[in-house]
Amino acid sequence: MTFVPKPKARHPLLKTNEIGLTRRDYEAIVSTLCAGCGHDSVSAAVIQACHELSIPPHQFAKVSGIGCSSKTPSYFLGNAHGFNSVHGRMPSIATGAYLANKELKYIGISGDGDSASIGLGQFAHIIRRKVDMCYIVDNNGTYGLTKGQFSATNDRGSTSKRGVPNLYAPIDLVSLAIQLGASFVARSFSGDKQQLIPLIKAAVLHKGFAFIDVISPCVMFNNHEGSTKSYSHVRNHTEPVVDANLIMPRDEIAVEYEEGTTISVSMHDGSKLQLRKLSDSYEPDDRVSALTYVQQAQEEGEIVTGLLFLEEDAVDCHDILGTSDTPFNGLEQESLCPRAEKLEQINESLR
Amino acid sequence: MQPTDIHNPNYFHKVVDCQWACPAHTPVPEYIRLIAQERYTEAYMINWESNVFPGILGRTCDRPCEPACRRVRTEEKPVAICRLKRVAADHKGDITRYLPKVPKKKNGKRIALLGAGPASLAVARDLLPLGYTIDMFDRDPGGGGMMRSQIPAFRLPKDVLEEEVDLIVNMGVNARYNYEITSMKEMLDMDYDAYFVGTGAPRGRDLDLPGRKEVSKHISIGIDWLSNVAFGHTTSISGRVIVMGGGNTAMDCCRTSNRLGAESVTVVVRSAFDVMKASDWEKEDAMAEGIPILNNRPPKEFVHENGKLKGVVFGRVKPVEADGRLKYVPTGEADVYIEANHILMAIGQENHCPWIERDLGIEFDKWDCPVIDEDSLQSTHEKIFFGGDSAFGPENIIWASAHAHKAAISIHLFCQGKDPKHDRPPEAVNLISQKMGLHEWSYDAEHDPSQRHIVPHADLKRSLDNIKVEVELGFDEDLGFKEAQRCLNCDVQTVFTEKLCIECDACVDICPMDCITFTPNAPEAELRTALTAPAETLEQDLYVSDTLPTSRVMVKDEDLCLHCGLCAERCPTNAWDMQKSIIHIPQLSSYAE
Repeated sequence: MTFVPKPKARHPLLKTNEIGLTRRDYEAIVSTLCAGCGHDSVSAAVIQACHELSIPPHQFAKVSGIGCSSKTPSYFLGNAHGFNSVHGRMPSIATGAYLANKELKYIGISGDGDSASIGLGQFAHIIRRKVDMCYIVDNNGTYGLTKGQFSATNDRGSTSKRGVPNLYAPIDLVSLAIQLGASFVARSFSGDKQQLIPLIKAAVLHKGFAFIDVISPCVMFNNHEGSTKSYSHVRNHTEPVVDANLIMPRDEIAVEYEEGTTISVSMHDGSKLQLRKLSDSYEPDDRVSALTYVQQAQEEGEIVTGLLFLEEDAVDCHDILGTSDTPFNGLEQESLCPRAEKLEQINESLR
Repeated sequence: MQPTDIHNPNYFHKVVDCQWACPAHTPVPEYIRLIAQERYTEAYMINWESNVFPGILGRTCDRPCEPACRRVRTEEKPVAICRLKRVAADHKGDITRYLPKVPKKKNGKRIALLGAGPASLAVARDLLPLGYTIDMFDRDPGGGGMMRSQIPAFRLPKDVLEEEVDLIVNMGVNARYNYEITSMKEMLDMDYDAYFVGTGAPRGRDLDLPGRKEVSKHISIGIDWLSNVAFGHTTSISGRVIVMGGGNTAMDCCRTSNRLGAESVTVVVRSAFDVMKASDWEKEDAMAEGIPILNNRPPKEFVHENGKLKGVVFGRVKPVEADGRLKYVPTGEADVYIEANHILMAIGQENHCPWIERDLGIEFDKWDCPVIDEDSLQSTHEKIFFGGDSAFGPENIIWASAHAHKAAISIHLFCQGKDPKHDRPPEAVNLISQKMGLHEWSYDAEHDPSQRHIVPHADLKRSLDNIKVEVELGFDEDLGFKEAQRCLNCDVQTVFTEKLCIECDACVDICPMDCITFTPNAPEAELRTALTAPAETLEQDLYVSDTLPTSRVMVKDEDLCLHCGLCAERCPTNAWDMQKSIIHIPQLSSYAE
């Protein structure tokens, strides 16, 4: 870990966003993860994305579970709300928080152990419940905190640092999310911020459950030859299929794309999400065809990246439950805690 | 862009802005670190080797290093480098064991030094350890030249001056004081093996205006008057005094007048305040003593009555920028008349050598300056070398030290029958990793955000009453430590090794100043705008790597790097390392045993 504190000094020409903040205002304490960890790049991408969105840091809530990935909310958005929960149980906390206050932007950070092993059940159900949040998995295919055992997302045949191959087939969280009904599913690479930052921005603005699987190499235990989640393997086997570009209302620019290759989606805050297809045969708005494509590519050892599935006009759990738009903290005592007569009334109606 | 050649000594030298800006290229961060470690003697010796007069320069240097300091760009105020130099001098211990040994047995070569100012003294210091016999001639009764005759004691106490002058003289210089040199031919007839002319710029400029002749006994040339004060010939000045000129000599004149009993002192300058030649701090100190500085007032006429000076008429102008240059145009307002009983003229100096006969083979240019080779400082007469103000006109003391090192090498090469221009030793750079452990560096990498500390001054009344009271008190050890901590250690370089880089972006993410970018290569102008933060300071280089596996290059803008080492801290493969650059500026001492 690093002992030198990051100086407060900053570049005098650093850009400020619409609310006058620089990227540095979205930072937090210096990471204690290993030097070169992909997770730190994901944190940097979150910082950059939130800065570009011009949303004040205190309007975010960061939630996480346990693991290297789940430590990272400490390293971005120092002025945001946050809850570091039990292993694999972040979805429960996120669901509760979202029900209590839908006005915050929720960023969940989890890992392959936290979401694909101990928390797989919770992962499935938060998707099913359609909690409006950006759920990021820092996926390195290894249990770094316990010295590098294979995790549930590690590819069959991929080797450990000592050359021992993994015998089990991986759980693909992207396929799972598409299948379980997530309305925004993307995959990216921690070493490609140009792709990752627009995806995070779109995921934060997306109404409904947005999932991003970020392949994030573990420099200590899973960045060797033989690993399928190393910097060099991912760089050589990535196939970007859909480029996402979020255009904010203030800097709307006319971009000309070839007919049929671009899909433009209006986000509810007025910005536009432009999807540019890099592969002709890819249909990002068709759940079945997207799933098929992703799985076929996986068979061939290719890593499909980009915004892989998007459902417009998705609903979220408040819509389904018909719950209050006003956060609990904005409700009067009277509505939060109705008197005994109200209970009586309800009971009466059920008799 | 082509990959940066970091083994070119100039590349990392330029990154150490202060050292690059210093004419003598003193390794500033190196001695500042020693001050922070309370190793004042070692800090002093680093200075002594490089600039020869640390105690004197720590009080009087023009500080070209300070405006160059990176802190000016990252915040506003530079590290107080000059005053830290003084801290080293004030708190040093016994330096004798560090001094070069002067051999008893001489090498048989005799060198004449003309003038006993800083340039000649520094040449003597460089040559003596190699066994040269040094004869030094000067018209004054002591060594030090203008450092003794022109810098008032309230800025440079006599004991500080004498300590550093005597140190060199006592190394074995045959000093011939009170020796007025009247003929170069006469000197050549003494048949020395080489001559060094370090006679300075001893003639103060005069101004021929109406009334000048009539009032000549009420007008003094600034540097001559200061010299008379320094040697005790002048002990008072009375009535109203006008100091004409805007340089450091003018500031010394007005502050000295203030101490010698002038009824009032006014500085009148032809140019605007901001472009005055005087250093900012000299102006500030003069004003703090209650001396008004009037700008944009060119003198027109000396007013007199019965041979007595009554005052001076000044015009009124204003500066107008035309074609990037300042021009002064009359404002049309009425002239100003200022009463005066005495005028001190401090409008510049010349390196005037009437005593050099023009038929000796020493060529002079159209401005009557000697023609000198810039590298070797050799004149067109092969035996004669120039340095200090007598070479290229009036400059600060630090230039004299810089010239002296060059001239000493030239003289040595010449005496060995080598070519002083083409046989010079090259500059070089060494890079030494500062990594001591996984997260341990041998320098204090942590960035100190504190503001520049102010040097305490002596009580105003006390210092105005006595010309010998030094105004600046200097930093004590505690303040010196605090100020030393502000140094960014720019000599501890960020060194990048392409073949180790896995392009994980950790350095890009951690860099507090957004100096590092991985991007497709492009011509420099394009790259400068394509970086995470634009690189707008064109004088500051871009450090460009060779092409990486993703066919991008690493580009680092050297401009605002804090040298905090976080890129190296966060690098998993040591592709970034913090390495101290030691710039080898050739000096004669490397020839000595």
